Amino acid sequence: MPILTKEEAQALMKKVLSYSKADECEVNLYGSDGGNIRYARNSVSTSGGVSQSTLVVSSAYGKKSGVATINEFDDASLAKVVKRSEDLAQLAPENPEFVSFLGPQQYADSKTYVESTAAISPKDRADAVATSLQIAKDNKQIAAGFLENSAGFSSMMNSHGLFAYNTATNVAFNVTLRTEDGKGSGYASKGYNDFSQLDVKKVTAVAAQKAGGSSAAKAIEPGKYTVILEPAAVAVLLENMMFALDARQADEGRSFLSKPGGKTKLGEKLVDERVVIYSDPLNTDLPTKTWADDGRPQEKITWIDKGIVKNLYYSRYWAQKQNVKAIPGPDSMIMQGGTQSLEDLIKGTDKGILVTRLWYIRSVDPQTILLTGLTRDGTFYIENGEIKFPVKNFRFNESPVIMLNNIEALGKPERCVSGESTNHYLLPPIKVQDFTFTSLSDAV
Amino acid sequence: MKRRDFLHLAGLGVGASVLQSVPLFGRDIGIEEALTPVDVALKKQMADVALNAAKSKGATYTDVRIGRYLNQYVITRENKVENTVNTESYGLGIRVIANGSWGFAATDKLDKDSIAKAAALAVQIAKENSRLLTEPVKLAPQKGYGEVSWKAPIEKNAFEVPIKEKADLLLAVNDAAMKNGANYINSILFLVNEQKYFASTDGSYIDQDIHRIWPTFTITKIDAKSGKFETRNALSSPMGMGYEYLQPNAKGKINGITTLYGDRYDMVEDAKAAAAQATQKVTAKSVEPGKYDLILDPSHLWLTIHESVGHPSELDRVLGYEANYAGTSFLTLDKWESKKFNFGSKLVNLFADKTQKGSLGAVGYDDEGVKTKQWDIIKEGTLVNYQAIRDQAHIIGLNESQGCCYADNWASVQFQRMANISLQPGKEKKSINDMIKGVEKGIYIIGDGSFSIDQQRYNFQFGGQLFYEIKNGKIAGMLKDVAYQSNTQEFWNSCVGIADQSDYRMGGSFFDGKGQPGQISTVSHGSSTSRFNGVNVINTARKI
Repeated sequence: MPILTKEEAQALMKKVLSYSKADECEVNLYGSDGGNIRYARNSVSTSGGVSQSTLVVSSAYGKKSGVATINEFDDASLAKVVKRSEDLAQLAPENPEFVSFLGPQQYADSKTYVESTAAISPKDRADAVATSLQIAKDNKQIAAGFLENSAGFSSMMNSHGLFAYNTATNVAFNVTLRTEDGKGSGYASKGYNDFSQLDVKKVTAVAAQKAGGSSAAKAIEPGKYTVILEPAAVAVLLENMMFALDARQADEGRSFLSKPGGKTKLGEKLVDERVVIYSDPLNTDLPTKTWADDGRPQEKITWIDKGIVKNLYYSRYWAQKQNVKAIPGPDSMIMQGGTQSLEDLIKGTDKGILVTRLWYIRSVDPQTILLTGLTRDGTFYIENGEIKFPVKNFRFNESPVIMLNNIEALGKPERCVSGESTNHYLLPPIKVQDFTFTSLSDAV
Repeated sequence: MKRRDFLHLAGLGVGASVLQSVPLFGRDIGIEEALTPVDVALKKQMADVALNAAKSKGATYTDVRIGRYLNQYVITRENKVENTVNTESYGLGIRVIANGSWGFAATDKLDKDSIAKAAALAVQIAKENSRLLTEPVKLAPQKGYGEVSWKAPIEKNAFEVPIKEKADLLLAVNDAAMKNGANYINSILFLVNEQKYFASTDGSYIDQDIHRIWPTFTITKIDAKSGKFETRNALSSPMGMGYEYLQPNAKGKINGITTLYGDRYDMVEDAKAAAAQATQKVTAKSVEPGKYDLILDPSHLWLTIHESVGHPSELDRVLGYEANYAGTSFLTLDKWESKKFNFGSKLVNLFADKTQKGSLGAVGYDDEGVKTKQWDIIKEGTLVNYQAIRDQAHIIGLNESQGCCYADNWASVQFQRMANISLQPGKEKKSINDMIKGVEKGIYIIGDGSFSIDQQRYNFQFGGQLFYEIKNGKIAGMLKDVAYQSNTQEFWNSCVGIADQSDYRMGGSFFDGKGQPGQISTVSHGSSTSRFNGVNVINTARKI
């Protein structure tokens, strides 16, 4: 199925709803076209093109609900999928936490779709990879990378009159360059809604520079260090804190935001007062969808303001129970920073370590969001405002909450991609003191 | 589905609030439809359309996978069934070689024209990419098997068990936990049925039926006074089995400080124990960091084997194909070529096995039509082999693939994935108690917890579910805040004892992630309780 226009999607979903006999019915309709190319050992490896679409129908009788989906769109199939969801609803156990579908909502227009990006061909992807490979060859390095693009639409409609529609394009590119002797490795990653913003040459050159610069790293003792984290390294730490901003977990006493006696840290100062974290679907550098998958509008929400926990996200059920506004979880994260560049932060550092990437992040203790993981693909020792030499990789054990209490400086935010979740964020480089490295790794 | 999405979905460890908006990754269907496989003759027809279309466009090799992937999950918390979901994902993926390069395309439109169009796109991509090749793809020869089939040897198809029976079991599990002091419990039963059809220009038409099951839970205990909380996860394992896994018997249990499970799991009994143990954990002694001798239960050791042996011995990682994502490997070709690389102590024998009954990785044929088998990876402490697929076999001098190719969906391209990698039991007769007896200062670890390892698989850190201090050969009480850090080679060389075959049990992963775009895979790792001397233990308690 091609990408449907707003009117086409609306007409199709209206037809689906016309078959409904349930108390309530809600329809979600998605479709996407995409392609990818992967390369390694300076040669293309696997690549492909995938086209998929799905119609999801949710029916409810009282507090009994059922969901069925289909990917055929003739009238008989549409009637069948509605009937199937109704059958499931009638067989399902009653869920006391079921909440009626939403009524009509107002949504802002999103800025997530770029026409030219939807038209990327296998040739465009191969051309981009050829550019990247040339830089690897020029630097006598070995490249492995991945380029992926997609264009799609999502829409929803229900029997209470709600209608939502969005189109989005995405492109993601990441590349690792390694020196021929295997002693140096560098990585760079970028993602946009607009393919024309992606400079494959520039991104690959950054990886090449890190690979060359990280060769023959020295071992220094693990311990507590002043650390400058590039935005991609900040992303994988902070997203774990954002994933844990769920109100119910906090209210139930099983979150880092829980306090004794069923209380939470909502409204309390948690981290350094320079920390402001928010989400904004209309941000021009990081546009996201203006509605959540259950139809709630996505608005600009400040999660942490001057170090204080301002908002948590709620399921509609939990919000109703607690009698608060049901703020949905965000699609992205933006952290305010300063005006300094990464180079400025390095210049202002007497002794410290530059971390360009963190890897294999896992929660060690949800009570403190203690995380472990390792540095990867370029870690450097800084002395007297200059990068002096590459250092061997470390394992860290650190909590983003402790880290955000130890801030020395914030740089200028930039759009980055998490190497763990692949989510896109707008984050500054951060300089913190007493970052805890617990052991050394021989990995390059 | 990514592991994190699943955890969100199941409410295990993260916000349970997401349970109302289940991310669907397949087409939801009625259970009755899941029980009727797609007609083999129809699949052969579709496969032939794809094979012929690709050939006519210039492909020199083509394989087609027609997959019907069924999932069912029952999700509960405390006294509520939060969700019951049936999903189906059905479609066709075509992989070709044209101009010496791979190309792939997938479609969920299974009419003749759409299949031919996808075949043409796969060939177009291959030709477009061939200008970026350094050398053409070289496939190990593979004979065609004609029309064959393989079915997982399950005793009871879990999809045939009524939803109500499964929901009632989970509610009984939750009830047992709540009655024994738990504050919260999230439990889930996850079922998978892969109905896979493979056809290639080598002349194979292979129909397979694969089943997996994973019952699991997380129990939370909160100390109201201090606000501290502790969790204890199920000691079950995901298995390549039917519903028989959930029908406990005495043979499948090992009694000790806590009951441990083999190829049968008593979920209610485990939940009861877990609630008591989570309570005990709240007031347990925080570990003193330092060097300890570790006694590792198979419910824990599987994950250490997975990360430190399974991944570094994957040939695609060794060669650099995963350099941009999962990473490379310290087990470089020169170490294998030397035939002398000391991976572990003489006691350590690790083998790959794609045929092991009840394991997650067991299939008759892999996703490029290669019959599965067993082979050694580490022999008496020395690296002897890797895990390879058809386009890599020639690099390590093999004239056939080891059958490690897998794709997680019809829409994903198949590539090298981990075989079941297991530790051979010790030859001497030794029970768990015999293992503990000899330890002066140690920790006995049960269940898997936090895990992290570097991109070349040297440095790792693992947590667990239950930690018991061992003093002078006896268990001295429960510990908490325990994680151990080590280096793979150092760790396996510190292995000084392995219990015998009677203690051999499997653990496994339902969500092993690799590749770009990311794919998941399931894999089992068997072992008997093992001892590792002088391992560095850290304390993970912090104040925020």
